[in-house]
Amino acid sequence: MTRHTDDDGSAEESSEDDRGDGRDRGEPTPGVPEAGRDEQPSIFVPDDGEIPEDDAIGARDSEAAAGADDAATRAATDGGVESATGGTDSTDLDPDAYDPVDVFPGGDLDLREGADSCYKCTSCDTSCPVAEVDDEFPGPKFQGPEQWRLKRKGDHDIDESITSCSNCMRCDDACPSSVPLSQMHNEARGQFVERQMEKLSVEYVRNRLLANYRTSARLASMFPRTASFAMNFGPARWAMEKVMGIPKERDFPEFATETFREWWKARGGAKVENPDKRVAYFHGCYSNYNTPEVGKAMVRVYEHFGYEVMVPPQKCSGTPMFANGMLDDARRHAETNVENLVEAIGEGADVIASCTSCSMSLRQEYPELFDLHGIDDLAEHTFEAMEYLRIHEDLEGELDAAGGPDEERELAYHAPCHARNQGLARQAVETFRDVDGVTVEDVGDSCSGISGTYGWKEEKYEKSMEIGEEMFEHMEDAEGDVGMTECPTCAMQMEHGTGYEIEHPLQLLEDSLGA
Amino acid sequence: MAINSDVLVVGGGLAAVTAAVSAAREGSDVRLVSHKASTLRQASGLIDALGYVPATEPAKPLRDGPPTAGRELDRDEWPDPEGPLADPFEGIGRLPESHPYRIAGSDALRDGLDLFDDLTGDAYRGGHTDRNALVPTFGGAVKPTARYPAAAEAGLASDDRPALIVGFRSLTEYDARAFAGRLEAAGVPFDVAGAEVEFAEAFRADAKITRVAKALDHDEEIDGVPAREALAKAVAPHLHDVVDGSGGVDRVERVGFPAFLGDDRGGEVRAELAERLGADVFEIPMGPPSLPGLRLEDRLFDALDAEGVRFETGNPVVGVESATDGRVETVAVDRKGRTAPYGADAFVLATGGLVGKGLDSDREGVREPVFDCHVDQPADRYEWFVDDAFGDQPYARFGVRPDERMRPVDGGGAVQYENVFAAGGVVGGADAAREKSASGVSLATGIVAGRQAATEATQ
Repeated sequence: MTRHTDDDGSAEESSEDDRGDGRDRGEPTPGVPEAGRDEQPSIFVPDDGEIPEDDAIGARDSEAAAGADDAATRAATDGGVESATGGTDSTDLDPDAYDPVDVFPGGDLDLREGADSCYKCTSCDTSCPVAEVDDEFPGPKFQGPEQWRLKRKGDHDIDESITSCSNCMRCDDACPSSVPLSQMHNEARGQFVERQMEKLSVEYVRNRLLANYRTSARLASMFPRTASFAMNFGPARWAMEKVMGIPKERDFPEFATETFREWWKARGGAKVENPDKRVAYFHGCYSNYNTPEVGKAMVRVYEHFGYEVMVPPQKCSGTPMFANGMLDDARRHAETNVENLVEAIGEGADVIASCTSCSMSLRQEYPELFDLHGIDDLAEHTFEAMEYLRIHEDLEGELDAAGGPDEERELAYHAPCHARNQGLARQAVETFRDVDGVTVEDVGDSCSGISGTYGWKEEKYEKSMEIGEEMFEHMEDAEGDVGMTECPTCAMQMEHGTGYEIEHPLQLLEDSLGA
Repeated sequence: MAINSDVLVVGGGLAAVTAAVSAAREGSDVRLVSHKASTLRQASGLIDALGYVPATEPAKPLRDGPPTAGRELDRDEWPDPEGPLADPFEGIGRLPESHPYRIAGSDALRDGLDLFDDLTGDAYRGGHTDRNALVPTFGGAVKPTARYPAAAEAGLASDDRPALIVGFRSLTEYDARAFAGRLEAAGVPFDVAGAEVEFAEAFRADAKITRVAKALDHDEEIDGVPAREALAKAVAPHLHDVVDGSGGVDRVERVGFPAFLGDDRGGEVRAELAERLGADVFEIPMGPPSLPGLRLEDRLFDALDAEGVRFETGNPVVGVESATDGRVETVAVDRKGRTAPYGADAFVLATGGLVGKGLDSDREGVREPVFDCHVDQPADRYEWFVDDAFGDQPYARFGVRPDERMRPVDGGGAVQYENVFAAGGVVGGADAAREKSASGVSLATGIVAGRQAATEATQ
């Protein structure tokens, strides 16, 4: 597919040199963000107080646009990896090394190879949580390779049922032939929304609003208490259901009175400086606006292991936008994320996400759907927060030495679908298995059913609860009466279905390490 | 810092689970890494050990001359396979010497089946005897198998009670009347009738099997009637469809359904249907999507958890990262674009055969992609197959060749890595499809590979 060109190897090599150059320009220092709420300044751009943030970015852009004559500048912005094609602006393709997407005008992906690999074993259909409860849903095999063939000729509309796919991506994990099912679904959904969906319809507006959660959250968190109250105010919720199709049964998540970024600023940024161990934290929207305690836990745990934490400017990972076919919105956000995270990679950092849908997006969906400069570099350097520690640190040894949390903890753990797809479904259970005073029980492999914005749609609400029913039952059967998961929307659903309080594994890690 | 364990099992099917559990029971710290969701969910859920001993040579020798695709051989020139075998153990001695059963020994098969019985408990039947059972399969054939799900028990072909086979118009690939006809033609010792009933029509035309299973699990209302009751009502008028040899009408004593009678609560669904119908209820194992396979997967992965085996699915092992002195130290696991090292003292390769993608092939050759183990194959591609589709296809026996400890050997017969052991479909030498031996080979080689890996790891 598009991710592995022969050029990758040599690009890797040259990145080492460039990165060295980049460091020579002067060690970045952890700084304190200066700009106002939510303007998301980078913490690793030295703040000399002279250049306003916007100008600094503008200057960087113009330098990059000026060409490759300044290697040091490029190293800082692109992480030192040459694009095989010379970036998206390039028109000349090197015949030996180009991304297949480059030969298709308009960015259409050639997924034929993937469609050809499907031998109709229906494993994807069998693992699809929506097909299990929805008679009307034809399943991932149809939505993916079959529909892809149908629409090749150009005279077929995309079947409307594509909007019923929740983008849980379980089909990817089930497919023995590595057919890029979710990529096909994302592409088809994007086309459906772009070409066939009425832009003035309530559904479109509602979906766009849900997909752009960050925008709403940013506004709401300016008046967090008012927003938390108003959003869950009965008559308002009734009106939302009637007018917008947002189910009144759902409780909007509380907005934190202090966002993660505000906390980070007030704290004075990173407490540890370490040019050899750096991570750039992709906190995502939810841990910034709603559960900053997750972000704080991440920072404390990583600092416990001696990491310097960077918090680059960032927007939404794009996950809710993919799921709603809003690919243009997603691309816009991805541009910001790729630019800033790749810059951090250039400074020697790996990218860490605490939300498994965010890490999934940066790792898999970005390079599948967009051809932004540096995007493969970002995918290669992105990890889920606990996964990274398990690879690079003796996490289990450290937990053993720390002797466990102060009080006994019994947790009912649910692995989010997107964690599953990264091979992380069992890591929380495994990590805490031998920790004194901690019991983590896996509540099984059912999907929670909410799938991000899916369960936030009135017409999908019942299905979402039906899918989740198995998980609710297993949670209630489990010993613990606190739930645990990496995914913020799974957490909402777990709470909604059982009334349990839900934690993130990083919080338990923080407690267990005494970090 | 690598992710370490004593034994790392690569794969997620029956052989991988068997190897992982047997290594864990020897006291090793075991981790299992599977690229995709386990292929068990595509399996029938039947555990075949050895049903036939097929001929390995045609009755007449091949025509002389250069090998070409045009070698004409009548399929009648192949001797019939020996079988169905009443006792799988009894046939092992007549298999080719390079067969995994001959290498691992019949005790390995026995131990593997014992382990399987232990892990599956009351969900499976057949453990009380060495003898094969005859179970009707989806195509209307009768298959000799060593272990079968409890859900299939009432359907055994050796049972002489009259049976009704139920089908659904919307399930196009499954024709109950043709099925019943084929069973009769196969000479089963009971009267059988097939009937197509209206039940699945309540679902969309191409509703997923899992959709129907879930509806039965939860006894969802279909047009106002609970699903289990609705299904029983649809079947009830056909309980006297069976006509016996003398033209009389028998009330059936057992009713067979395609295997979608619930998932988590299958036993409950079957029991309720049986009570409503006044007849035993059984499932006929189907091809994918396979509920019996899914249920077996659930049970075996729960067993892994209970044995303390760590497992992860979703990321492939893409190759050896470091090796010294003929030993593998770490393998590389691809985590969405970047590889992470996984270290172990011993490794079990259980990635499956050509279909399971443990073997990779193109026009140039057949390779084992993880450890790059030698795969025995004729250099000339035209020697990979014979014209008779049902003949002794050389490619069916492709795979790594193990020594008696299940360590893959190179072309010269020397062990490739001291601490790599192979199990299941990736091991060559068996023609599992013709022999009906796939599960048995996985169990026998899995238990040897797991034990040997544990031994290697504790040294």
